[in-house]
Amino acid sequence: MSFFEARKAAANVAMMIVTGAAALLTVGVLLFILGYLVWHGAHSLNWGFFTELPAPVGETGGGMANAIVGSGKALAFATLVGMPVGFLGGVYLSEYASSGAAFVLRYVTDLLNGVPSIVIGIVAYALVVKRMGHFSTMAGGIALGVMMIPIAVRSTEEYLHSVPRMLREGGLALGRPKWRVIATIVIPAALSGIISGVMLDLARVAGETAPLLFTALNNQYWSNGWSQPTATLPVMIFTYAISPYPDWHRQAWAAGFVLLMVVLVVNVVARLVLARKRHVVVG
Amino acid sequence: MMNSSEAQPEEPGKNGKTTSSTRLRPGNGLTASNINFFYGQAQALYDVSLSFASGAVTALIGPSGCGKSTFLRSLNRMNETVKGARLEGSITLDGEDILKSDVNKVRRRVGMVFQRSNPFPMSIFANVAYGLDVNGIGRRGKIKEIVEESLVKAALWDEVKDKLHASANSLSGGQQQRLCIARALAVKPDVLLMDEPCSALDPIATAKIEDLIFGLRGECTIIIVTHNLQQAARVSEYTAFLLLGRLVEFSTTLDMFKNPRERETEDYVTGRFG
Repeated sequence: MSFFEARKAAANVAMMIVTGAAALLTVGVLLFILGYLVWHGAHSLNWGFFTELPAPVGETGGGMANAIVGSGKALAFATLVGMPVGFLGGVYLSEYASSGAAFVLRYVTDLLNGVPSIVIGIVAYALVVKRMGHFSTMAGGIALGVMMIPIAVRSTEEYLHSVPRMLREGGLALGRPKWRVIATIVIPAALSGIISGVMLDLARVAGETAPLLFTALNNQYWSNGWSQPTATLPVMIFTYAISPYPDWHRQAWAAGFVLLMVVLVVNVVARLVLARKRHVVVG
Repeated sequence: MMNSSEAQPEEPGKNGKTTSSTRLRPGNGLTASNINFFYGQAQALYDVSLSFASGAVTALIGPSGCGKSTFLRSLNRMNETVKGARLEGSITLDGEDILKSDVNKVRRRVGMVFQRSNPFPMSIFANVAYGLDVNGIGRRGKIKEIVEESLVKAALWDEVKDKLHASANSLSGGQQQRLCIARALAVKPDVLLMDEPCSALDPIATAKIEDLIFGLRGECTIIIVTHNLQQAARVSEYTAFLLLGRLVEFSTTLDMFKNPRERETEDYVTGRFG
C-alpha cells in the first residue's frame, strides 16, 4: 500500500469513528436522561402518584392525578383548536395553492413554528386570560393549539403530496370533481400519515411549559370544566423542582419520567400507525 | 406527411376482423381537428387531426416522445391538470365541442385506463362503484348490478366475486388493471382511452387484457396507445402512426402493417427504427 492510499484509508477510518461516536452520543443522551429520571423519580413513582392529589406542604406522599388529567384536557382542547386549522391549511397548501401562494404560506408557517412558546403564552394571556378574567384549561389549550398548527399544516401537506398523482388522475378520469377526489381518495390514502403527524405534533407540545404558566396556571386540586385554572404535568414539574422540599423534588423527577414515557409511547405508536398502511402503493 | 385536413382511414373493415365499417358514422363519434399542443414553450403536437370510428379499436403507435400519450390525454382533457400545458384546435364528440363542455361530463363520456394500474385504496366493490351516480329507489340493487356487469365485461368477475369487499390492493397487477377497466366501464363511457395498459404486465396478463379489448368492440370506441406493434396488430382495426408530434399515417391496421404509404411508417413497422 502506498503512502497516499494508507493515508486515505486512515482518514476513512477516522471519519467513521468520529461520526459514529457522535451518533452513539445521540442515543446515549436519551438513555442517560431516561436512566437519570428513573434513578431520581422511581422512588416516588407508585400507584398513588397516578391516583392522588398533591399532598399539602409539610406532608410527604400524594400524587399528581390532577396534573395528569389537566394535561390530558389541555391537550384535547389544543387538538380541537389546532387540528382543524392545521389539517385544512395543509390540504389547501397541498391541493389548491398556486406555487406563489404555497411559497408564502410555507414560509409563514415556518415562521409561526419558530415563534418562541413563551411569546405565544403572553399573547394567549393578553387575549384570552385577561378577557375571561381568570386562568383556565381552555386558555392553556388555545395556546398549545396555536403551537400545533404549523406542524399540522406541514405534515398534512407532506403526506398528501406523497399520494401518487396517478390516484388523483384515476378519480378525475371518472368525471369526479376535484374536491370529491381529494375527500374520497387522496385524504384516505394519506390518512395514516396525517394521523401519525398529529400524534407527533401532540407529543411535541405535551411538554411545553412556558405557554401554560400564563394560561392554565396551576391548581392544587381538581379542576372542573374548562374555565378554571388547572394543574398540568410540565408546570407541576417546574413548581415542584424549584420548591425547597426533597420529597417534591423526587415527585418532580417522577413526573418528568411519566411525561417522557408518554411522549415516547406516542412516538412509537405514531410510527406503527404509519408502518401499518405503507402497503398502499400503486402498481 | 399528411397533417393537412382531417384524416380518415381508408377502406375500413378491410382486415376482415369485424364489420366495423357499418358502425362508422362520419362526422359523428370522436374527432380531433388541428391539435397543436404545448408544454410551456415546447410544442408536443403539430396540427394533428384524427377522426375515430365509433365502436372500433384504434391504436396510436410511434416511438417514445412522439406525442401519442399527450394526444390521448387531450381527448379527456387530462392534460389540463398539468401546469403550463396549452392546447389549440378542436375536439368534438358527437358534434359537441368537448373543450367547451363541462370537464367532468366530458370525462364521464371519455373514460381512461392508465399505464400502471391505479386502484383506489378501498374495496374492489367500492373501486368499481366509485364513478357511479345512482339515486332513488333500488339504488343499492342497481349499483350491485352495474358493478357485477362491469366486472364481467372486464373478465374479472369470476376471480373476485367471492371477495368483493377485499382491498383492491390485494389483487395481482393484471387483476388490478382489469379492475381499473371495470371501473372505467361502469360509468358507460362512449369512448375508452387506454394509455399503454399492458406495459407493466406479464404476457399472460397482457393476453387477458387484449382479449378483453377485443370483446369490447362495438360496446364503446377504444383508443389505445401502445409501444408494442404486435399488440396494435392484434387488437386494433385502425392504426395511427405519430412521429415527432406529427401524424404520419392513419389507415386500417392491415394497411398500416402490410402496405404502409409513407416511408417513415414502413421503417417503423418493420423495425428499422423506434
